[in-house]
Amino acid sequence: MSDREQIMNRVRNATASRPRTEYPQWDSGIVHSRGIRDSVDHVGLFCQKFDAVGGKMVKAIADLPEMLKDAASKKGYIDPELLPLVRDVLTGFEIDTTFDRAKVDEYAFGITRAAAGIAESGSLLLTGGSTSSRMGALAPWIHIAILERAKIVPTIPDAIALFGSERNALFVTGPSKTADVEGILIKGVHGPGVQMCCLV
Amino acid sequence: MKSPQSIDRYADALPQSVRETVFEGTRVPTIWRREALARDYGDSDPLRKLAAQIKQHTLDHLDQYLEQAETRLRENGAEVLFANDAASANSMVTRLLRENGAKLVVKSKSMLTEELHLNPHLEENGIEVVETDLGEFIIQIDDDIPSHIIKPIVHKNRRDIAKSFQREGLGDYNDDPETITRRARKHLREKFLKADAGITGANFVSAESGRIVLVTNEGNARFCITAPRLHIVLVGIEKIVPHDRDFAVFLNLLARSGVGQQLTVYTQFINGPRMVGVPALAGSQSPGFETGSEEVSRASDPPKGGTPTDAPTTDGAEKMVVIFVDNGRSSILDSEYREVLRCIRCGACQNVCPVYRQASGHAYRTTYQGPIGAVLSPLLMKQDEFASLADLPKASSLCGACQEVCPVDIPIPDMLVRLRDRAFREGASQAKAGTPSMEPWAFLATRPKAWRGMMQAANLANLVPLNLMPVPPLMRWLGSRELPKFRGGEFRSWMKNRGDDTHHE
Repeated sequence: MSDREQIMNRVRNATASRPRTEYPQWDSGIVHSRGIRDSVDHVGLFCQKFDAVGGKMVKAIADLPEMLKDAASKKGYIDPELLPLVRDVLTGFEIDTTFDRAKVDEYAFGITRAAAGIAESGSLLLTGGSTSSRMGALAPWIHIAILERAKIVPTIPDAIALFGSERNALFVTGPSKTADVEGILIKGVHGPGVQMCCLV
Repeated sequence: MKSPQSIDRYADALPQSVRETVFEGTRVPTIWRREALARDYGDSDPLRKLAAQIKQHTLDHLDQYLEQAETRLRENGAEVLFANDAASANSMVTRLLRENGAKLVVKSKSMLTEELHLNPHLEENGIEVVETDLGEFIIQIDDDIPSHIIKPIVHKNRRDIAKSFQREGLGDYNDDPETITRRARKHLREKFLKADAGITGANFVSAESGRIVLVTNEGNARFCITAPRLHIVLVGIEKIVPHDRDFAVFLNLLARSGVGQQLTVYTQFINGPRMVGVPALAGSQSPGFETGSEEVSRASDPPKGGTPTDAPTTDGAEKMVVIFVDNGRSSILDSEYREVLRCIRCGACQNVCPVYRQASGHAYRTTYQGPIGAVLSPLLMKQDEFASLADLPKASSLCGACQEVCPVDIPIPDMLVRLRDRAFREGASQAKAGTPSMEPWAFLATRPKAWRGMMQAANLANLVPLNLMPVPPLMRWLGSRELPKFRGGEFRSWMKNRGDDTHHE
């Protein structure tokens, strides 16, 4: 008998003889945190929460050069579909629209789209379909997510409902961080040390 | 006097520096946990009870949900395997890596792979495996084992870590946590890019969609499944939840319970390998960037965000294999301890446990430590090895804090008591060590006349000057306490003489 059959048999025997509990019906309200229950302005709450988890809001595309002035280099990766949006403001930057792994350490920033934002947690939803290069959103020190205001959803269950047939979805809630060494917070372990978001 | 309990001896011998770092490392998240839950929910008990019900329901129907998850994953192009035990799981992983020509493997933190002792197995088979969670990386270079479910190096301080980095050629001695983190980033970045395969665990699996959830703060799991071409997931069969929507219940509890965060930084949902050259499905919305309406949906409306599409992606693992591991779980499911399988490994019970905090994780001699470990570890042993860990359930004052903080309301204290009973009935020597014999008491308690006599006679104990007796444990105990006068037999005589007042209103 295969491991699969043995496991299934044992599980069946273990559950067969006992009363089985029903699935509890629950209303989404039970998981909504107080912040979202009291919120009237989801965009405002998203900005506030994004800031609270250590993200940096970029007020307008035109502010990008200022936000990137301390970047380690002028090199960056950008989603080709976003190029028309930023080409005029990012003059003087060296921009690739194909992520070149050989240059992984040279890219100081990556600009990709977010599929949605979650107001109650300040999270970005990145999906396979919306992210032109996962490496571009992960490897550079700075990640800038471009998010349409209309794609901000109130809660975590709302964001989960957007997954559809997407095989790869990710909530990003602030910059990469660790507190493994004596509980001291350090940003930028493997992913971006600076997580930005620009609403359009 | 040396305690016959090995956990006590370990705690006594613990260096002061370790005791301090463990105590502090568990104190802070306990405060943050309480603050986060109170701030966001006020009373979080209903959410905790709901989580327990969902998990219990899933366990009660585990056969159906396991098959459902398996089917969904296969439909999405993932390979699904089942492993009875550690030996079977480990050899499956080795075979998969060999078949795919993988020599270097990056790994994201997984308690299951610790339980299976996967790393030593891979190394014996000539495969280089690199832990990428900062804490687990330090555990690996020190040839140590984790001492906490989510804070594997809670027993180490920055000086210990700086010495390890120096020894491993990762730069001169420097105990600045930021420098340590940067050095690890650089070192592990190279490994990510060179690796042939990534191995991860899974926090949850949805039966409805096959989606596995991986949570990290560092982003290492994301790297493990983005850079290499093969992704192997090892997951315990109990990690299933019925629907994607249920993730919201557990994700809202997991990080808050563990570290007081609303969500961890990266919460990953994957149910198949990357789509290669498959066009977007007809009818699905274009992935093109468009400016939508300025109106933002309200909580009551259906979400208006864009629907993600099935567009081909340029990176990510081309092959995904999910291995469901039993390794003793189905036996627990078939026992009176089945509720322990609800555990979502948040570590809150460890942070709050007065025994864990004094003794540290390694005192428990096993992968799962603290209150949850004292239940889970002996139960995961094969029947004939249960006795070797039968003392762990005694490492508790039964204060109940573990159940109080548990996000899935596992009755840990009850289970500890039942396990003590089992250990006694099975005559486990580990469990008997240091426990006074209850036989004289049992003798008296089953003989009313002898009991009454003893009660009266024991009043003589009031004449013994206990505080002057040169018995060190007694002196310590009485140093800050006063023993009330023994009043044996008084209750019985009061009962006899109180008269019949049951008819009074």
